[in-house]
Amino acid sequence: MSNEKHEKLVNLIADMEEDEALTLTQELIDEGAEPTAILDICRAAMDIVGQRFEDNEYFVPELILAGEVLDQMSAMVKPLIADTTDEEDKVDSGMVLIGTVHGDLHDIGKNIVTFMLDVNGYNVIDLGVDVSPQAFIDAIKEKSPEIVGLSGFLTLAFDSMKETVEAISEAGLREEVKIMIGGGQVDEQILNYTGADSFGLNAMSAVNQCKEWIGEAA
Amino acid sequence: MTPKDSDRDPKELYQERVERIADTVALKETDRVPYIYLTRFWNAKLADMTSKDTMYDVEKSISSNRKAIELLQPDAFGAANYAYGQALEKLDYHPLEWPGGGAADDVCFQYIDKELMVPDEYDEYLFDPTAFYLQKYLPRIATGFEGLKHFPNFPTLSEWNIIYNLRAFANPELQESFKTLMEVGEMVDHSMTKMTEFIKEMIEAGYPMAIGGFCKAPYDHIVDFLRGSKGGMLDMFRHKDKLLETIDKARLLLNTNVVEGAKLVGCPYVFIPLHWGLDGFMSPDQFNEFYWPSLRQTIHDLIDAEMTPVILWEGDCTTRLEFIGDIPPGKAIYWFERTDLHTTKDVLGDVVCLRGNVPPSLLNTGTVDEVNAYCKDLIEYVGKGGGFILDGAASITDEAPIENVVAMAESVRKYANK
Repeated sequence: MSNEKHEKLVNLIADMEEDEALTLTQELIDEGAEPTAILDICRAAMDIVGQRFEDNEYFVPELILAGEVLDQMSAMVKPLIADTTDEEDKVDSGMVLIGTVHGDLHDIGKNIVTFMLDVNGYNVIDLGVDVSPQAFIDAIKEKSPEIVGLSGFLTLAFDSMKETVEAISEAGLREEVKIMIGGGQVDEQILNYTGADSFGLNAMSAVNQCKEWIGEAA
Repeated sequence: MTPKDSDRDPKELYQERVERIADTVALKETDRVPYIYLTRFWNAKLADMTSKDTMYDVEKSISSNRKAIELLQPDAFGAANYAYGQALEKLDYHPLEWPGGGAADDVCFQYIDKELMVPDEYDEYLFDPTAFYLQKYLPRIATGFEGLKHFPNFPTLSEWNIIYNLRAFANPELQESFKTLMEVGEMVDHSMTKMTEFIKEMIEAGYPMAIGGFCKAPYDHIVDFLRGSKGGMLDMFRHKDKLLETIDKARLLLNTNVVEGAKLVGCPYVFIPLHWGLDGFMSPDQFNEFYWPSLRQTIHDLIDAEMTPVILWEGDCTTRLEFIGDIPPGKAIYWFERTDLHTTKDVLGDVVCLRGNVPPSLLNTGTVDEVNAYCKDLIEYVGKGGGFILDGAASITDEAPIENVVAMAESVRKYANK
């Protein structure tokens, strides 16, 4: 990052200085900065945020605030650029289909995992909460993801996860995807119970698992 | 055959159980580790009912509770009564989905995470929480409360204005709310009256109550019921001073009547389940700024009033162990969900009675032998020298096979010290 102001903006975002970051973003836009350069700044800042999260320096509140800052910056920049969106950039990235399993309405953990996968460059498709096995199957057929993430907070999710994994197998799609589970009380025992491929205790373990399975995202 | 207490004098048993728990809280060694449980709808499963059955019929709720207590013979019981289905329906209560009210018949209820107070309203809450609740908050959480927005704000009135403002009670929306609330009140009263009779019956049968009161960590209350999870976390950065001021205010409000309520029912155990202070959800610095000081004050206040706080530390709280020992020794129960109890015993064993933590994964999907082995280890290591109450990590999960729960309950007798 050659430009001093660009570097400053990266640090403001990474240091959770929301107001100053947005002011400087506007200043850069007013000075005619390339919108794509600002999006690059966002990515650089998120690399730092992700690293600090992994290092236990940052926690969920910082991720949520960083996400808010990014959303606001994107909204400021988007009117200025032709729609060469992130989605296109991510076509070649690994695709992860994620959802909270049937019967469970909790989405905080799922949203954090989705966010961390997204900032790490993965193309994440979020099916929401209370997702039926059939909805996962339909989405696998339509989107062909490499990885499926099953989230659940309640203990009823153990059975919903197992049913979902079984339904994916019965639909003949089990070999097509790796399945990871996480949230609430999920552990090694539940991994074995559900027949998934991996479980994680936090968002970084989901990111690391994706990296292990399909490599760094583009 | 594991010996049971069925044939003994209930009064003697009651006293013995009360003392066993009190001594355990006081970190004294007892004849055996006590077993206590709380559950939501496992009772229903035991009694071949759906969750919805027990939410819509207090008699079914009671009979399923009775069946569980008689089967498990706990040292104290938490009566699971959620027989408020009709009341919730009549009220059209929005923050919850429950069996029969948006959720399937055989699952647990779930709270919906939502922002119910915007940041600009912190000042309104701080200035006059009652007015904020009547005029804004309650109408947002249930259709039955909507008319309350017309309720006169009496402390702002004087002289004839008090009389003029009684006109509000002619407002059809306010009248409609009153009618609804009177009906809902009757429904809740019916359920609670029946349950109170049942509790007396169980006490006479020799079983002490496990919970006499309920309280919340102030930060959790603000996140769970006012600002929502996202708002509560963002406010640490965007509205830090207001958040801290509101935490102080909420603490005072939440603690009001807790002690009196517990004294009225004659049970000193005040249950405080924690939601947002666990590892990962906030940093140790944030924990020590936004979470622990107000919770610690609540714990101290309850102990000063001769209550015994029962804190359920949800999730993994390993990094919190170094801070949370700052309470009077032998006066509280820390119930841990995922935090390793061996480690916790080593760190906090001299300070606080520990409770837990047979994992839901094991209870739901393990074998009886595995449950026995797990409980034996907890009883022998964590229970050594006293100061340990056996329970599930999330008490009894709704889906747990009966034989696994029975194994957990009986293990305290099976692996007794003496």
